[in-house]
Amino acid sequence: MEAASPGGVLLLGAIALVALSGLPGLIARKGGSGGERLSALLVGAGALLGLVASARVLFLGRSFRVELPSPLPGGPLLLAADPLSALFLVPVFLVPALGAVYGLGYWPEAEHRRDARKLRFFYGLLAASMAVVLLARSGVLFLVAWEVMALAAFFAATTEDRQPEVREAGWIYLVATHAGTLGLFGMTALLARTTGGFAWEAPEGGLAVTASSSVVFLLAVVGFGGKAGLFPFHFWLPGAHGGAPSHVSAVMSGVMLKVGLYGLLRVVSLYGAPPAWWGGLLLLLGAGSALFGAALAAGQGDVKRLLAYSSVENVGIVTTGIGLALLGRSAGRPEWVALGLGGALLHVLYHSLFKPLLFLGAGAVIHGAGTREMDRLGGLLRRMPRTGAAFAAGCAAALAFPPLAGFFSELVVYLGLFRAFAGPDSSLLAAFAAPALAVAGAVALAAFTKLFGVAFLGSPRSDEASHAHEPGRAMLVPILALALLVAVAGLLSPLLAPGVDAAIRAWVAPAVPPGSVEALLHPVPPLASLVPLGTIALLGAALLGLLALFAGLLALRLRRASVARGATWDCGYARPTARMQYTGSSFGDWISGRLTPAAAAPVLEVRRPEGSFPRSAAVSAPRARDPLLRRLLEPFASRWARRFHDLHALQEGRLTIYLVYVLGTLVALLAWSALRGWVLPR
Amino acid sequence: MIDTLVHLALVLALPPLLTGVIAKTKAAFAGRNGPPLLQGYWDLAKLLRKGSVLPAGSTWVFLAGPVAGVAAPLLASLLLPFGGHEAPLSFAGDMILFAYLFALARFFTASAALDTGSAFEGMGAAREVAFSALAEPALFFGFVALARISGSLSLSGMLGSGPGWVTAGAPLVLVAASWAVVLLAENCRIPFDDPNTHLELTMIHEVMVLDHGGPALGLVLYGASVKLFVLSALFLRVVFPFNATDPNLDWLAFVAGILLVAIGIGVVESVMARLKLVKVPQLLVGACLLSAFGMLLLAR
Repeated sequence: MEAASPGGVLLLGAIALVALSGLPGLIARKGGSGGERLSALLVGAGALLGLVASARVLFLGRSFRVELPSPLPGGPLLLAADPLSALFLVPVFLVPALGAVYGLGYWPEAEHRRDARKLRFFYGLLAASMAVVLLARSGVLFLVAWEVMALAAFFAATTEDRQPEVREAGWIYLVATHAGTLGLFGMTALLARTTGGFAWEAPEGGLAVTASSSVVFLLAVVGFGGKAGLFPFHFWLPGAHGGAPSHVSAVMSGVMLKVGLYGLLRVVSLYGAPPAWWGGLLLLLGAGSALFGAALAAGQGDVKRLLAYSSVENVGIVTTGIGLALLGRSAGRPEWVALGLGGALLHVLYHSLFKPLLFLGAGAVIHGAGTREMDRLGGLLRRMPRTGAAFAAGCAAALAFPPLAGFFSELVVYLGLFRAFAGPDSSLLAAFAAPALAVAGAVALAAFTKLFGVAFLGSPRSDEASHAHEPGRAMLVPILALALLVAVAGLLSPLLAPGVDAAIRAWVAPAVPPGSVEALLHPVPPLASLVPLGTIALLGAALLGLLALFAGLLALRLRRASVARGATWDCGYARPTARMQYTGSSFGDWISGRLTPAAAAPVLEVRRPEGSFPRSAAVSAPRARDPLLRRLLEPFASRWARRFHDLHALQEGRLTIYLVYVLGTLVALLAWSALRGWVLPR
Repeated sequence: MIDTLVHLALVLALPPLLTGVIAKTKAAFAGRNGPPLLQGYWDLAKLLRKGSVLPAGSTWVFLAGPVAGVAAPLLASLLLPFGGHEAPLSFAGDMILFAYLFALARFFTASAALDTGSAFEGMGAAREVAFSALAEPALFFGFVALARISGSLSLSGMLGSGPGWVTAGAPLVLVAASWAVVLLAENCRIPFDDPNTHLELTMIHEVMVLDHGGPALGLVLYGASVKLFVLSALFLRVVFPFNATDPNLDWLAFVAGILLVAIGIGVVESVMARLKLVKVPQLLVGACLLSAFGMLLLAR
């Protein structure tokens, strides 16, 4: 437990390696490949060390705690790793390492002389700051790391800042993340008032719940939920994830969202007996997120925006699990805690495998076919067979098909919801959440069938698509590695269960310390005792066997019979063309045009034909805007922007003036505190 | 062990008979002789011996549709109790696996349709995925209600014999009504889809498999009949959750019940017309509401 513990040294060393990975490239020769290779190597080495250190904490229980003296106000800097942090650290190290290798092929220095160095620098900083966020146990350090993470993500996501859409999405992200950070500042200050310090450590039995703790909870939901992309704070996400270079999207969608969920989990874990409405609110937001994300995903025409909305859905599934776990804490039902949080944590792990896989695959499509508009793609599976097969595996995992990764985690969440209604102390919210997740899953099926079917199947809809090519080895290897992980991770979930159990115990520990009467009377049962993960894995393997059997029989039959190729059936039309295929927009129309309420449907930008000789008319399906942003936030923001227009005068643009502002504020605060001490003697 | 073997034999051998029974019922209503009862088997035998024409440019996905369409319902059947006999495999949460197996089959069938590059098949795929998104909650509300009634989290427990019809008759009626709609919708029967239609514009399931022929079409037809069989067995057990004292009698009752469900489907197909396509979602939402009310009645 001392500062010199090997785990701590290993982990801090790993973080330092990743953080500094972009530095050598800054001084290396421009356009040469030395800098980028060294940086990928550093990220890879750091990730390897980090994964070893996380596994030690997660599976061997080697938690550690480090206190560093700090000159800043707010006490010493506390860093600690318990199994809960360690579980989230796994994707934080794994995904950026694969993404760094991918970046060698996707964003090579030789082709991107202007921005490749900047991208690598912020990429490493992003990954390292996420790891620090997961380890920080004092409010000050947490907020500093949080801000570094938010800014590094901003700079990495706006790499292509010459494109207006990327700039716009970047600004929206920056405003959203800072609004969230403001909430977190308030939350940290309130927490510090209750605990008397900035250390995020609960007293024996957890913090008491008072009126101010509900404010803390709500601020945490806004601040952390905003980072996680939880509905209704998700509006920045599709643009930012869609416009970023694909390996950055993979890190943002696959990992950074989870850091937000981690923050929420960490803060609520400090409380002894959370009121029931906390869990209820999270269940509602989670189910709403899942439904909304899936419905909007089905309406997208842009490959990466569709994937981003699917992340909103998956964050919803995780949040539903967290809500159920909180309900279990309030109701004193440890098995709800185990199933809800167990499913949520498994889904965090699995989503951080299949979503990066899909984003890297989308990057390969952009690289190979030059566009991310589905309606200009098609038939890619023939041109890119390996990427296509890996992408299919990613889609199947995202849809929670047995026996792939996503199925196991969703099953655990579902089972918790069923259990919460079937047994005593039943929760009606949980009863509605299960069918809501089922609808979200079925709508996501429509979205992913559209994505895979329109982009990879059929015939090419454009010249670019018909000349698409498989990416180089640097990009293909990470994609195939993730596909392999997605395929086996589900089957291996019985082996992961002990790690998840440890993380659940760590989450409960501040409120119900191990060894206390409550912990002995109502222990959180291990996941394996509630869900037969091994049986399900075996059945999953049986399904694969059955599929292989029928595929083999069919192949055998077809080999013996005469097989010819002919034109597809188009109602007797003998010369079907690629343009006659069903488009992605038509495919999504049933869901996003007819079955989704109009207010929640994606907003299309329509340029109507005008005048007697109209020049052009267009419907911009690919740039469908988020309805919340377009219908609610933009009108609101522009109205207030007009009102505050006169304040622009304060924005001088000269540094000296801003320094005067800072000085003035300080003097005013000092005067106020002096006056207060004077007027209200203690 | 014997029970498992009978279970397997039934699910492997019986499904094509159901389509024959439905066809015979419809023929009887129309005053025709109709095809022989065993026509389903003859069709399969013929198709398996035929050659194939694959659409130009299609990939392995085109053939993955039929394969998944057979494998998934077959595995799902192992989780389901047939009449009074428990399922060969049962564990907490198996209803989720049951539902997601059908989702897997749906994804690959729809993808196979998109792989042809045909306008019509894409249209059918779009309808299939949209409509089943509405049928899914009806199924899940029913599962939640049954889990509450039985206090069990596996299909065998939920559908076991119990005092359900005495203690929770009203919710069960609602769930059964809702699942009857799901049974018809998921198997693309009238009033949702007409398996005998020959107009591509109005079809859902049939239009997705227009390009499949020979052995692949055989697998498609067989998979569809297995799905019909499995969902009928699910529906049957909700309506008739009683056990006989003699296990052999249970098997007989099950086979008779399944054939009755098939006749019932035939009757519905004979007396109803297909719904306008835009009305289909309304009926499905209605089915969801039924089972949601069923669940709400239990929330006390």
